[in-house]
Amino acid sequence: MTVQDPRPESLPQRVWESVQRDELPPQDDRGRMRVVMNNLILHIHPSKVAKPTLKFTYTWGLGGLAILLMMILAVTGIMLMFVYTPTPERAYNDMLRLRTEIQFGQMIRNLHHWSGNLMVVVAFLHMLRVFFTGGYRPPREFNWVLGIALLLLVVAANFTGYLLPWDQLAYWAVTVGTSLLDYVPVIGPAISRLILGGPEVGAATLTNFYGLHVAIIPLMLMGIISFHIWRVRKDTLSIPRRLDEPPPNRVEKVTTLPHLVAIEFVFALVMIALILLWASWMDAPLEEAANPDHSPNPAKAAWYFMGLQELLLHFHPVFGAIVVPGLALGALAALPYLRFDSDAEGIWFRSRRGRVTAAVGALTGLVATPVLVLLDEYLLDLPALLPSLPTIISNGWVPLAILLLMLVLYYVFVRRAFGASACETRQSVFTLLVVSFVVLTVIGVAFRGEGMALMWPWEVM
Amino acid sequence: MAAETSGGAEVTRRGFLKWAWGAAGAVALAEGGLVTFRFFAPKVTEGEFGGEFDAGLADDYPPGSVTPFPNGRFYLVRQADGGFLALYRKCTHLGCAVPWDQAAGQFICPCHASAFEIDGDVINPPAPRPLDRFPITIEAGTIKVDTGTTIQRDHTRPDDAVYA
Repeated sequence: MTVQDPRPESLPQRVWESVQRDELPPQDDRGRMRVVMNNLILHIHPSKVAKPTLKFTYTWGLGGLAILLMMILAVTGIMLMFVYTPTPERAYNDMLRLRTEIQFGQMIRNLHHWSGNLMVVVAFLHMLRVFFTGGYRPPREFNWVLGIALLLLVVAANFTGYLLPWDQLAYWAVTVGTSLLDYVPVIGPAISRLILGGPEVGAATLTNFYGLHVAIIPLMLMGIISFHIWRVRKDTLSIPRRLDEPPPNRVEKVTTLPHLVAIEFVFALVMIALILLWASWMDAPLEEAANPDHSPNPAKAAWYFMGLQELLLHFHPVFGAIVVPGLALGALAALPYLRFDSDAEGIWFRSRRGRVTAAVGALTGLVATPVLVLLDEYLLDLPALLPSLPTIISNGWVPLAILLLMLVLYYVFVRRAFGASACETRQSVFTLLVVSFVVLTVIGVAFRGEGMALMWPWEVM
Repeated sequence: MAAETSGGAEVTRRGFLKWAWGAAGAVALAEGGLVTFRFFAPKVTEGEFGGEFDAGLADDYPPGSVTPFPNGRFYLVRQADGGFLALYRKCTHLGCAVPWDQAAGQFICPCHASAFEIDGDVINPPAPRPLDRFPITIEAGTIKVDTGTTIQRDHTRPDDAVYA
């Protein structure tokens, strides 16, 4: 008995339909939703999204921009792998070859370098956006934690990549960066030896960092990013609200295709254009070849570690490198699990009072941080004031206790003076700390010159 | 009977298997961890640094002199009183290479401005402890420095130095 094939289409058409199952272009909303659902890439999105979340000035496209940078980094990174050898003899020479011999070599390296650095900034700004719009509140607590893990991985990716050019900048930034590990009690020196592959930065370190940079960290990033985006899809975006606007009970939804995809596409094109322009004009830095006998003066860590390095100038290393950043990271991860006493999801800075107290926090950080730095630099010498104590106490526990006490006083002050809720006060403290960290980074990058002495930015160069 | 041997708590078959699986899983994880750790553990490299250095005759070094040995990563210091010290050039703060400043008579770290005396003692923080040193032996007037052993110290002591 013969069977009549119900499909009268031609062979090419049947082949195409076996690949793309849904009609293109889709004719109605049902079809648009189906295209998103059945497409491997598009299905990272839900088939419909809440219309208010499309507002660009709510998300600023920062999460999407991070994904775009990740793609640029993957493509340029894989290209660079074909012309680079991770050995002390050849690495620096390969950098020179990228500049002189390989066509578009410098361009590809520039793209990789600037995208990597922009990635750190974008991931950080993405975190701030989510914090200040309350996007980490239940049910999104764990996705906030994943986000922090991603931020750390981005920094780790950048830091391991920092060594690969094997110039003076790379060598000493990594020496300083990994020396921080030596201060972790008990296990620190062993971990440091393990990742350096010996007592000092050398050939083994370059091999280790290369493996981490091109395989381990990218794989971890891809895994956690997938988890992160999947959670966003499951939990949906928080809905933006104006001040004093009650939570919406019904939100208008639109199909992801074309409403969201079109915005993403245009934004991606604009950003690609800007990054290409930037990479055409600005060369990635390359100093002289690494020389283990000679530390440059000043020897600075990578710019995103300069806030930490600035802390190190004021605290005993255990505190500057381990205790203070550890406390900050712990507090950051614990943030979504604290109790909320106001409903402010989707409102920039929580409330009217939230905006005022956040501004107070920012201003306090902006003023207090330079003042404290100057005070410690020129007037206050705790180890000399407390000569009978070891420096781990006089320059560690004592200043940490003083700073924590000041933070507690600030917390009480904001609650009393502004009648702020716990959420608003927490936001104010967060703002203060973030601004302080940024100020420390700026001081470290722009105001520290020879011998790490304080000076004006035009004297630093 | 199971109840008697295990002191009151009845061990069910399901409970026993759960424990057995858990234990087997833990052992497998530990094995995997050990293999990974051993695989990535730094190899002892037979290079110049890490071995023993022959620094020549003690009489060739005038008192109050500091002589760099770049391959050995150390300075051979002869103090004013004639005692020898081999100081690891790695700053105890964050690992920069500390140069000897002849004019100032100090080791001054370019990274964070730590300064050390000629015997390695801290003059200026943030360095938390004196420069590390390597053991020295002097036999028949010839100095040998063992860079395989790093000696960390919280304070300098007079008996750090070795005399010819």
